[in-house]
Amino acid sequence: MKSDFSSRAHDALNNPQLRRNFRRAMDGLMSKRAVQFADQDDWAALRARGAAIKARALARLPDLLEEFERKATANGIVVHWAETTADANSIVLDILTAHGAKRVIKGKSMVSEEMHLNAHLEAHGITAVESDLGEYIIQLAGEAPSHIVMPCIHKNKGEIAQLFTDNIAGQPYTEDVDALTAAARKVLRREFANADAGLSGANFLVAETGSLVLIENEGNGRLSTTLPPLHIAVTGIEKLVEKLDDVAPLLALLPRSATGQPITTYVNMITSPRKEGEKDGPRQVHLVLLDNGRSRVYADLQLRDTLRCIRCGACMNHCPVYARVGGHTYGSVYPGPIGKILTPQLAGLDCAGDLPHASTLCNACVEVCPVQIPIADILVRLRTEAAQPSHAPGVKGAGSNTSMVENAVWKGWQAMNSSPAAYAAATRSLAVIGNLIPAAAPLLKQWTSVRSKPKFAGRTLHQLARDKGYENE
Amino acid sequence: MSNARAAILARLRAAPKGTVPDLPYWMPPVFADRLDRFRIMLEAVHGEVHVIAADQWRQHLRLILSSKNVGRVMAPPDLAVDWPDIVAYDRPVEELKDQLVDGIDAAITNACGAIAETGTVVLRPDADQPRLMSLLPPIHMVLLKLSDIADNMAGLMAAQDWAGTMPTNLLLISGPSKTADIEQTLAYGVHGPKELIVLVLQ
Amino acid sequence: MPALVTPPSVPPKTVYYFGTCLIDLFYPAAGLAGMELLKRQGLRVVFPQSQSCCGQPAYNSGHRDEAREVARAQLDAFPEDWPIVVPSGSCAGMMRVHYPDLFAGDRDHARAVAFAGRVYELSWFLVHVVGLDEKLVDRGEKVQVTWHGSCHSMREMGVVDEPKRLLRGLANVTLVENPREKECCGFGGTFAVRQPEISAAMVADKIAAIGETGAARVVSGDCGCLMNIGGALDKAGKPIRAQHLAEFLLERCHEE
Repeated sequence: MKSDFSSRAHDALNNPQLRRNFRRAMDGLMSKRAVQFADQDDWAALRARGAAIKARALARLPDLLEEFERKATANGIVVHWAETTADANSIVLDILTAHGAKRVIKGKSMVSEEMHLNAHLEAHGITAVESDLGEYIIQLAGEAPSHIVMPCIHKNKGEIAQLFTDNIAGQPYTEDVDALTAAARKVLRREFANADAGLSGANFLVAETGSLVLIENEGNGRLSTTLPPLHIAVTGIEKLVEKLDDVAPLLALLPRSATGQPITTYVNMITSPRKEGEKDGPRQVHLVLLDNGRSRVYADLQLRDTLRCIRCGACMNHCPVYARVGGHTYGSVYPGPIGKILTPQLAGLDCAGDLPHASTLCNACVEVCPVQIPIADILVRLRTEAAQPSHAPGVKGAGSNTSMVENAVWKGWQAMNSSPAAYAAATRSLAVIGNLIPAAAPLLKQWTSVRSKPKFAGRTLHQLARDKGYENE
Repeated sequence: MSNARAAILARLRAAPKGTVPDLPYWMPPVFADRLDRFRIMLEAVHGEVHVIAADQWRQHLRLILSSKNVGRVMAPPDLAVDWPDIVAYDRPVEELKDQLVDGIDAAITNACGAIAETGTVVLRPDADQPRLMSLLPPIHMVLLKLSDIADNMAGLMAAQDWAGTMPTNLLLISGPSKTADIEQTLAYGVHGPKELIVLVLQ
Repeated sequence: MPALVTPPSVPPKTVYYFGTCLIDLFYPAAGLAGMELLKRQGLRVVFPQSQSCCGQPAYNSGHRDEAREVARAQLDAFPEDWPIVVPSGSCAGMMRVHYPDLFAGDRDHARAVAFAGRVYELSWFLVHVVGLDEKLVDRGEKVQVTWHGSCHSMREMGVVDEPKRLLRGLANVTLVENPREKECCGFGGTFAVRQPEISAAMVADKIAAIGETGAARVVSGDCGCLMNIGGALDKAGKPIRAQHLAEFLLERCHEE
């Protein structure tokens, strides 16, 4: 079961509106980020720090998870553990049901998308309303997010204006951004005020203090986690950092990498539910820690680096493939370069085997990753596990791309290139007859649909070097 | 699901031990003129900064509120704000919700510190200045002492020992609420306040 | 991460030249040009006939074992402790950045590490070891060119400025930079065949950006990119010629 990446890419590439939207959006995000990190020395020092903070936290992850749980529990936060998304959905449903909650207001959470939480709640009679403007818009459209930071980046003003007119009673058609924003504010304010519970993710979990750190620009995250009487947060087990002061350099990296902002409008650190004498805040705060394959990724030291990700989106903003096909092409919650390494590991190489190959290994993502994830190396590692499994424990679906034809091709290639005599014979023949291969030949015809056929030179460099008298040793 | 907990921790502990790297050196920036940096950063995101003599803030506050046609103001009583239509957040939110959601034009809080590098004010909501004061009313006004402006977040965290004194909710606010979700065009006052006005008292 | 490349501790008198298999078959004149440029600066250039391919196509396709055996054959072909100069950032990157890891746990690991430490991308070597950018004498007519920075050259071998220093060292050449210079051209080895539509979209944008510069030539240090970009320019009927940096430099400076 492949991921159908190619056919979705085909659709995306033939949608000029989508291509224009993404090109413009990615160019803007790239230049904004470049302004923030103009000082190369500062960037190098900061990302080295960020990478080390995440690497340290991962190296100590089980101890830190226990420390976090101890501290958070002592503060009154209820901590739950879920091995699978089904378990996580059950836990959330149980908490909501125990509270008689029927209507839930959601802050942005990619993990909740991973869980398909909204659909699960709907199936049990609980309505979940997205409050992040971008997520609200795509909820109206019945779509999935196409970017992890800017969920409706694929939509333009006209489409959004129409969605609002179609879905909000009494809303006249307008493309004015301020008017649209005001309309959303009004609708969602009612939701915040009447919601039985608020759902959120968490950007960082701090072991030292048992705190959740949430960042946002709109204020909906704070509202979802303050106004309703119950707050449930869901996040991945890899979100731990050791110390509160680790958060400072990570906050110096994340917003600047994501959108070119020096900082997000709000940084919200939650350490307990409402205390005696306090006048607002939820009376109960629950945190669900989701595994969903992360502990398996953890088992491999090289692949473990995938878990450093702080979900900034810089990789996809700079990816020449993503810029052309957009997030929906990846068919998974996490698109772009991080999606190409995370999704095959969580879902299995047998399910998402296309993804590691949907890259030219240009390394643009590696250059901008604020926590130095060696994405290109991991892509090659995953390609290798699919074709020539190492039997390392961490890799789901390893060996799913072993094909007798491919194996034979590469064995033949090896034979030709490891014997100087075979190489000389093959290249000299190709030099003479290669140009006779028709442009419509398989493999070649994809190339020649857009480019002229490559021309084999009459004599190889080996021959010319000898002709010109270059020494052999 | 303690089985899940045990299973997850067991898998993590069974994995090979990675190296625990040292943290490489990194210094956040410092500024010759912290107030100047603070002002530039906050104004760049549509925040307002007024620098006033500490004993004159009440008059200035009145002028600002008048200029913005503010009706009802929410402020903690101990600030003794001079304004005809004023309420305190003196009951739990359940009893004040409708007023808070729709009926307050501006709220005034203290900041316990600020960060010059990013144009950020730090709030520690408590029983007298609860969390929603700085979130629901469309105008949020902040009283900040000039001497409380630090260079950077790391410095302020250490100086104030945040890790040892975490409140229920610690807030870093760096401007009015905003979004760029619609065609990357900035719009303000999405869910949080549309205006953030900081009175820096010297 | 870009490799930290430093010049050989002692200025070399002899260098090896690794031609690359693409150049061998499709662009031998470019390969020869690189060797001539080095020779004319007084270096003894040795071209082992037993060389073949750096192994990258198999490595990137996940066929690590086959890649390793072919890489081993290159370790055998270049035994002396001389710098290995490579007219391709992509092949140089494979050897310098990936050979040590490819041979992890293998009997030839130490040899691979030593070999990797001797690999230099041609334009980097011409600038930092030979100082050619300050010695070029341009005998050609005025021409406008633009540069395509190939991905592995920039991001694995850290070669960003060196080719431009060489181009700017030519008195009658105007270098016009294009805004998409650092964006991948869409070749990506087997990517062009696995995801042909995306590859086509990438090269289309690339040649559009090149066309907008008004340059008569696009120069690059990597023949995979040149085959892609040059092929696309040709098919689109654009009069811009795609050429390897070494061939362009030799043409400008030396009568044949």
